[in-house]
Amino acid sequence: MSNFRSYIDERLGLDVIAAYIAKKYVPMHRYSFWYYWGGITLLCFTVQVITGILLMVYYRSGHDAYDSVRNITYNIPFGHFIRSVHAWSATLFLSSALIHMFSAFFMKAYRRPREFGWWTGIILLLFGLGFGFSGYLLPMDNLGFFATKVGMAMVENVPFVGNGLANMLRGGLQVGDNAAARFFTLHVSVMPIFFIVVLGLHLYLVQKHGMSIPPSEEAKDAGDRKKVKFIPDFAIRDLVMWLMTLNVIAVLAWRFPWELGVQASALAAAPAGIHPEWYFMSSFQLLKVVGAFVPGSAGEAVGMIIFSLGLILWILVPLFDVKTERGRRGRIATYCGLAVLFILVSMTIWGYSAIQKGAHTMKVSGQGPAPLLSGTNSH
Amino acid sequence: MSNDNVNEAPPEVESDEQDSFTRRGFVRVAAVAVGVAYTAAIGYPIYKYLHAPIDQAIADARNNTISLKDADKLPAGSTLMFMFKSAPSMLIHFDDGTWVALSAVCTHLGCTLSYQSPSPLIICPCHGGQYDPHTGKNVGGPPPRPLTKFDVQVEPGKVIVTQP
Repeated sequence: MSNFRSYIDERLGLDVIAAYIAKKYVPMHRYSFWYYWGGITLLCFTVQVITGILLMVYYRSGHDAYDSVRNITYNIPFGHFIRSVHAWSATLFLSSALIHMFSAFFMKAYRRPREFGWWTGIILLLFGLGFGFSGYLLPMDNLGFFATKVGMAMVENVPFVGNGLANMLRGGLQVGDNAAARFFTLHVSVMPIFFIVVLGLHLYLVQKHGMSIPPSEEAKDAGDRKKVKFIPDFAIRDLVMWLMTLNVIAVLAWRFPWELGVQASALAAAPAGIHPEWYFMSSFQLLKVVGAFVPGSAGEAVGMIIFSLGLILWILVPLFDVKTERGRRGRIATYCGLAVLFILVSMTIWGYSAIQKGAHTMKVSGQGPAPLLSGTNSH
Repeated sequence: MSNDNVNEAPPEVESDEQDSFTRRGFVRVAAVAVGVAYTAAIGYPIYKYLHAPIDQAIADARNNTISLKDADKLPAGSTLMFMFKSAPSMLIHFDDGTWVALSAVCTHLGCTLSYQSPSPLIICPCHGGQYDPHTGKNVGGPPPRPLTKFDVQVEPGKVIVTQP
């Protein structure tokens, strides 16, 4: 056995890793709970990968997309469950990523030398939103179809390159079978490659710099700070959190199976109360609110500029929050973070309540779909 | 002659510099040129490969006339949806017997519109845009532009819709 061990170690250098793990500690303090959320996000991503691979076995992109998802949902044993787990773990992935990001923000984990941890994290979150957006279209049902139409129209609004980029993503001038095929390619091959690389860098940085501790903890003497060994103490707690997350995903997928809407049709009108997934709801509502003050395409532009500026400020926070006074570090950044959190949450709630009201009035006014017909071209 | 020498001296120095430029710089420029050529040689086929259906859609969108078979039998007070120029469009036969054909793509963010006669407005379900069904004019909500209005020609057995 020891021969085998030395054989492996000589070739793979596992002892280095073992020595590293033995020395790895996690700080313990009143905010340690927030350390779990990166791990939970990672677990959700793993679930996404496994269920995504399983879905790919029966999913057919392009023209057969809707029928193949119907097949998965209604014919294949456990198909609806695997699809629901995929969708729910996407929701939990983004939720835990957001919690992870805000906890890193409020614990000031972005400070020197961890700026790249912050930046890679934001890239991963943006990728996560990209996965959500591209995945939403894949079943080619009504909701995903119109959400994608709106999303692509917003891409078109980008100056100079918008039109070409939107056409390239759609594989045409309108969202259709080509768009489903392209989104599928992005969703399962292009984006995962980049995501895995950035994720690797993100995890490497956590190992390199260790867990960040909040300013309140930094103010204590080094001897007063508590810590636990990563293996086994913290890893066991991580594992418990993972099992709880798995249970939550399973219960959600079981009690609230992900629905499959009616098949998308190029001629059917958008259904009443159409709205994006919850993680785009705040921006959707913010655009609506800005649109009410600044009418027309100018409103769209103003909304987009607000997003872009907000995002850039958020990305650059490690550069301007450089106050070094202990214990009072960057109050302004904390208030900005609270404001951002408040805007996101209130816009999301407002968006959902506006839609419920809107759906009600739509029903009352009795707008229904018009009959459909494909014309014959005269050439 | 001495004037000539003075004049000749600086170009010699320059030509020395040019010599070193041609050796080192040439390789550098050549490497960049080869890189650009390879990128273009690999990139162009990929671009054309990915762009094929877009070219087709653009060609389809150039077709300025469509003949809707039997659409003349559309009862007054109803609407017909059809694809025209790669995009959804609507043909409305009003109660007063007039015909209107409009683009059914909201000018705000591209949702598909529907119209139920005799409602005074075309409403976009996505963000609440409103249009006048007779003219296509944007009359409320976020849409920045009116809907494109097409010419309608009703003939026995068909309706011909033309982009003016």
